[in-house]
Order: sequence, then structure tokens, then C-alpha cells
Amino acid sequence: MSHKRLLDTEKRWVTRKGKAYLSDRVIVHGKDLHKELGDYDWIHLYLYAILGRDPGENVAKLLSSFWVSTSYPDASIWPNHVTALAGTVRATASLSLMAGLSISEASIYGRRPEVRALDFFYRAGKHLDAGGDLGEFVENEKSAGRTIYGYGRPLSRTDERIPFMLDKAREFELDGGRYLQIALNVHSYLYEKYGYSMNVAAVHAGLAADIGLSCQEYQIFGSPAFVTGLAPCYQDARDRPEGSFFPVRCSNIVYEGPAKRNWSA
Amino acid sequence: MATEYQYHSNIWLEEPEAENPFAARACYCRGYDVYGEVVRKAGWFEYLLLMFKGERPGTGEPELLEKLALVIANPGPREASVRAAMNAGVAGTNHSSALMAALAVGAGQYGGSQELSVCIGLWQECRFDFDRWCARLLNPSDDERADIWLPMEHAPGFDPNGDVTPTPILQSLDLLVGLAPANGALAWLKANRQALEQHVGYPLAMSGLAAAALVDLGMDPDQGSMLYLMLRLPGAAAHALEQKQMGWKKFPYYGPAIELDESGSNTDSPEATRK
Repeated sequence: MSHKRLLDTEKRWVTRKGKAYLSDRVIVHGKDLHKELGDYDWIHLYLYAILGRDPGENVAKLLSSFWVSTSYPDASIWPNHVTALAGTVRATASLSLMAGLSISEASIYGRRPEVRALDFFYRAGKHLDAGGDLGEFVENEKSAGRTIYGYGRPLSRTDERIPFMLDKAREFELDGGRYLQIALNVHSYLYEKYGYSMNVAAVHAGLAADIGLSCQEYQIFGSPAFVTGLAPCYQDARDRPEGSFFPVRCSNIVYEGPAKRNWSA
Repeated sequence: MATEYQYHSNIWLEEPEAENPFAARACYCRGYDVYGEVVRKAGWFEYLLLMFKGERPGTGEPELLEKLALVIANPGPREASVRAAMNAGVAGTNHSSALMAALAVGAGQYGGSQELSVCIGLWQECRFDFDRWCARLLNPSDDERADIWLPMEHAPGFDPNGDVTPTPILQSLDLLVGLAPANGALAWLKANRQALEQHVGYPLAMSGLAAAALVDLGMDPDQGSMLYLMLRLPGAAAHALEQKQMGWKKFPYYGPAIELDESGSNTDSPEATRK
């Protein structure tokens, strides 16, 4: 390789994604934003922008309900907590929301479990296609030391979002797919053998797989998902006295490090 | 009276003022009195190493970290993270927006902290085994699972858009090797640089050099990544402020360079192949 490949894009970026012809028109994946896409609701348009195609009204509505299902205005939830901290110190609204969103790409909630769960179901599907057994696939993952994302929930045993999501999937007639069934079968297996519960990441990922989203598309789609829960947490902390959001007293830092010592010693 | 909402730390101890449990009378870092002694007696890089490593650094380590910090303090306005900060600065956005933009862009796998993190992971795995390095550099992503990070697209620590090793990298390697252990990562990298470059087909990058220096300082992938992110911010900050002063009329506008290809669908785009 060499720098020569950079010369092609130094002054020219050819794209099929879109372009804003300012004062004239805006093209998104070949369609005029204002004339052809103007009646889409925002999530539908977001999906169109990510996928480069219209996924259809029902898919857009179901994916919109993913976001609805996880819009929790509770400041104990970590991204919300960060946004509330930003509010209590009077950071700007955008900085506060971005700070919360930036930590939603976490390992124990949010984007990584979602991506890993979707990937797990696609790989499980391939294993089944090759004549394998689902329990065997789960055991192989476990014996490789891999977390089975979507099963178990750190702070509770049940997930109130699951019945909501299954109802929505039925409502939009997207509940009959192969991967949702795999997600439910994996839960049956893990529950019977290990007592694992299922969380909504498994249901979301199963539905996303049935819709056909790639892991990257799913990650991009989910990135702003927590914003509706963040906003009220920011406002709540912003409207109270400065620094009053769960202040921490000195003695509540429990020190477990080396004993006091002299620098000169 | 203390509540049950407690944070646990091996780094930091605070003792309250008698009149206010929320105000510290004394702060101790790893057991050392910060405002009574450390601030007076330690250097910035000695303090940084104490925070990250838990003990006062050994002889020569603060000097190595300080020179590394100088080497990476300003990647310059062509570099993506600095460009991101300049975009923020020229538009008059918040200072923290400029740094958040620099951090996010500077976190990437091409020249950013994720690449450095992967490099340090390879150091832990390959140590001074040349053959193992050769194998892993060409195959750095050995997990078939999808992740929030995409698979590496080049040999970590090397620049696939490079032809020759840039002079500043060679100058910095020479300087840092002189401050590092004779049997450490930097010394090994210097001895094997040309052979590794020949193997991967392109030259050493700053991320690869910084990774070796941070390995010599005893940093793991997480610690190294954090330091790399922090220590590259000064240039981003200065250039963001400079562009704010310079004004948007002098800033490049790429509108005319964006060319819409309306000839076909998106099905052959790179993203379409990434399931």
C-alpha cells in the first residue's frame, strides 16, 4: 500500500448516499428529502438513511417501539445519571445529552450486548442450517467463556419490556420470524438448565435479525435510543439547586488503597 | 451520617472539613497527601504515573512519559482528531464539544486509541517473538464475533497509507529509546522496525511507537488508551481555538468536492457487505 490511494479522494468524494444542493434540493439515497421523504416520521427516515431503502411502515413502527420500550426517565440508569450530573453542574443541554449517549455504547448494557446478541443469533442460525443443535451451540459459546448476551439482567430477574415488545411484534405482524423463535428457544434452554432469565436485548436482537439488519446497521440504529430517557433527567437536575444531584460526602469514598505514607520516605 | 451510596477506590482518600462533610480537608492519592506534599514535590508526569500505576514511578519513567507526551501533544491540523476539533472551533461550538469531537475521532482504529489498545494487547501476547508478531500483525482480529468495533483493516501500529517511515517518527523513536529500558519494547521495536515494516508492507505509525513506549511504562491496553487519548488533546484544543479566531471564511468547505453518483443502488457499498 502507499499514499497514492489517498490522491483519489483528496479533492473528490463520489458518493451514492446523498448531497445537499443548498438553496435547491437535498437528495437522500436517490430521493428528494423534502418532496419524496417529507411525510416519513423521523424514525422511519432514520432507518431509510441507514439502510438506503424503505424498510416499510410496519418495520419502522416496530423499531420505533424498540426506542419507546427503553425510554426510561430514571436517573439511576447510568447514561441518565451522567446526563443528570451534567444538569446539576449546568452543562449545556446538548453536552449533557451527548455525554449520556456516549456511555450507551457499554459492555453490560446498550450497544455491545445488542450487537453481540444479534451476531449470536445469526451464528446460531448458521449452526442450525448446518444441521447442528441449538443447545450444543449455546454450550460451545459458554465453554469458550463467552457471555450469552440477552440473557440474565444485572439488577432484576424479569424484564418488563419483553411482553411490551412481543405485543408490538404481534401488532405489526412481525412476530413469526425464525430468529425471534431462536431467541425464545435459547431462553427455554438457558432457563431450564441454568435458571437464566431473558432480557429485552434478546427479543430486540431476534426481531432485528428477522428484519435483516446487519450488526452495524443495528448499532447505528440503536445509538440515539436512550435520548428520550435522558432529556427529563437532565431537566430535573438542571431545575434543582446546583450540585444537589446525589452529592457525595468525603466519607462515602471508601478507600481501599495503601496506607498513608510520606512522599519523602 | 453516611448513606449506603458509597464509591470504592484504591486511588483516593478524602478527609472532610469538620464543618462540612462535603468539603475535603485533605486528599490522599495512593496514600500520599496531595495538597500537603505531592503538588509541592512531584512533577506532573510523576503524579500521572502514581495515579495510573499505584506506586511512584521508577527512575527515568516520568522523563519517558513526558517526552512521549511531547511527541504526541499535537498531531497537527491534518490529523483526523485535530481536524474534528477545528471543525468544532471554527463554528464557535463549546470547548468541550471540540474536545469530545477530538476524543471520539481520536479513538479510532486508524491512528487512534483503539489501534493503540490493540497494539498493547499484541505486545502482551507476542512480547519479543518476531515470528508471532509477523503472524498477528497480518491477522490482528482473531474473534469471529461482531462487535461495536469493526475488525482491524491494517496491521496495528503501522500506516497503510504510508510509503516510508516519516522522519518525526524516526526522530521520536531514537529519542524515546534512549530513555527506555535497554531490554524493553522500544528497544526491540527499534531493532526490528525495518523487518516488521517489510513484512507488513508499510511503515511504522505513531500509534505503534506510542504503544511500545507505554508498554515500557508498564501500561495495559486500558491504561495506555486513556493516556494516549488525554495526551493528544493539547493540539486539538489549540487548533480549535485558532480556527475560532481565524474564522469560517478561511476554513475549507468541501461542498463542491462532494459528488453525487446517481447511477445505481447502494447494494455494493462497503456497508452492505458488513453483516
